[in-house]
Amino acid sequence: MLYAILCYHDEDVVMSWSKAEDDAVLAKRKRVQKDFVEHGGKMGPAIRLVPTTGATTIRTAGDEQLVLDGPFAETKEQLLGFYLVDCKDLDEVIDFAKRMKEGESCTFEIRPVQIFEEGTLPEKVKIAS
Amino acid sequence: MTDLAWIETALTGARPQAMGALLRYFRDLDRAEEAFQEACLRAMKTWPVKGPPRDPAAWLIFVGRNAALDGVRRDSRNTALPADEAISDLGDAEADMAERLDDSHYRDDILRLMFICCHPDLPATQQVALALRIVSGLSVREIASAFLVNEKAMEQRITRAKRRVSEANVPFAAPDAVERSERLAAVAAMIYLVFNEGYSASGGDVHVREPLCEEAIRLARLLLRLFPAEPEIMGLLALMLLQHARTAARLDTEGNIVLLEDQDRSLWNRDKITEGLALVDKAMRHRKPGPYQVQAAIAALHARAAKPEDTDWQEINLLYQMLERLQPSPVVRLNRAVAVFKLQGPEAALLLVDPLEDRLSNYFYFHGVRGALLMELGREAEARTAFDKAISLARTPAEAAHIRQHIDRLMAEGKAKVQAKSA
Repeated sequence: MLYAILCYHDEDVVMSWSKAEDDAVLAKRKRVQKDFVEHGGKMGPAIRLVPTTGATTIRTAGDEQLVLDGPFAETKEQLLGFYLVDCKDLDEVIDFAKRMKEGESCTFEIRPVQIFEEGTLPEKVKIAS
Repeated sequence: MTDLAWIETALTGARPQAMGALLRYFRDLDRAEEAFQEACLRAMKTWPVKGPPRDPAAWLIFVGRNAALDGVRRDSRNTALPADEAISDLGDAEADMAERLDDSHYRDDILRLMFICCHPDLPATQQVALALRIVSGLSVREIASAFLVNEKAMEQRITRAKRRVSEANVPFAAPDAVERSERLAAVAAMIYLVFNEGYSASGGDVHVREPLCEEAIRLARLLLRLFPAEPEIMGLLALMLLQHARTAARLDTEGNIVLLEDQDRSLWNRDKITEGLALVDKAMRHRKPGPYQVQAAIAALHARAAKPEDTDWQEINLLYQMLERLQPSPVVRLNRAVAVFKLQGPEAALLLVDPLEDRLSNYFYFHGVRGALLMELGREAEARTAFDKAISLARTPAEAAHIRQHIDRLMAEGKAKVQAKSA
């Protein structure tokens, strides 16, 4: 089975960390990841997102797709999945996202990626094994 | 992170919102501050035992308001309100309070709190000191040491500034759209002052005072969360992130200034650059250019260049021209001259710089840039005079040392030429 681990925390708290504190947290996790992979674990990309002030949200309102500044903030809907895309700018991502969600009432939140580590998953991954 | 450190972060984070609401309630800065202090003291006592409240700002507003009212009632020998332990357990009272805070109210509260620090009669340094005291909650001692003055002088300065703003009578009714955008512009300028105070100290030994830069970034982030669709606030945050990203490369190990083109770009903070670039990108989509966005776009072009020679000077020149139209200023012209130098050489740049003499004769960078251009043109004696003038105007030892490097190079090159002649 392929799993996603989603990280939640208070942005204010994380951003008040000093560089040393932040490095310490990442280093601690890296050690665990290394140990995991060395013992046969397979790990895909690890990602840190740019803070929510960098977010853009696309919502459906009637027949229209509204592009709004700011993060997704609705408690009655849940995170159900995500895509990782490489685009030249925000316009291109928005266009792609709009085309994908055409005719759907779902909401897409676009978040720039700050840290990206490729990981060691083989090219073809079986979702359940 | 220890419990107490967590509480401190929560109190700092909640401060603008709580102070803003208490100010709206009491309409008096000192009373709002006292109420907030009291609430913080109680939080330090209650939170470690009861755990943190769901909404720290709502808790602080409620407890602060009650504590102040409690004081008034005690004075008039009425019955006291229930102890704050009673409301710390996420009871109905807090839920009700939090609900009321959820409307757009608190956005204007925070904006007002920041705006009262921007009174046009207050000189820039006083606006910064007041904002650091009122909005950020730095102690007078901390602010005094950042400004390199003694505590007593800073205390007096802040007291005077407070009196001035209380006389200014900032209206407490919700602002209309025009007022709101005027306040936003004034607050953005004040935040950038805080940043610049940290980025390039107006005196003293420490050239880069990081905490002030970080505080300015934190305030801009807060503002952008309140007004997520304002491209100029995106621009402001991006500009500060992109400039602050270079901090580690701006001074060498001896504390000397390292020019942008000589900086070790591997020392630039990639996280801040990524975030800054994303915000520039986001702002541009609005097609409503403003001074912060244009400056951020210029900083973005520097950040995108892996090597100094990759810098897109053509685009930078165009952006400076745009900035001159939006915000005409001799300083902008001076900056554009550097781009013109890169594109067309020292002669063309000097043609832009020389006419600025009247307005910039007391500006350190004017003489620095002019000296460097004259040096390029081989006009050593004039270059020397310009550098001497720059040194006399330097505000920090690092600035003075930087110009002295130029002079040393000038002397060395002069010698080299003489040697070449005799050989």
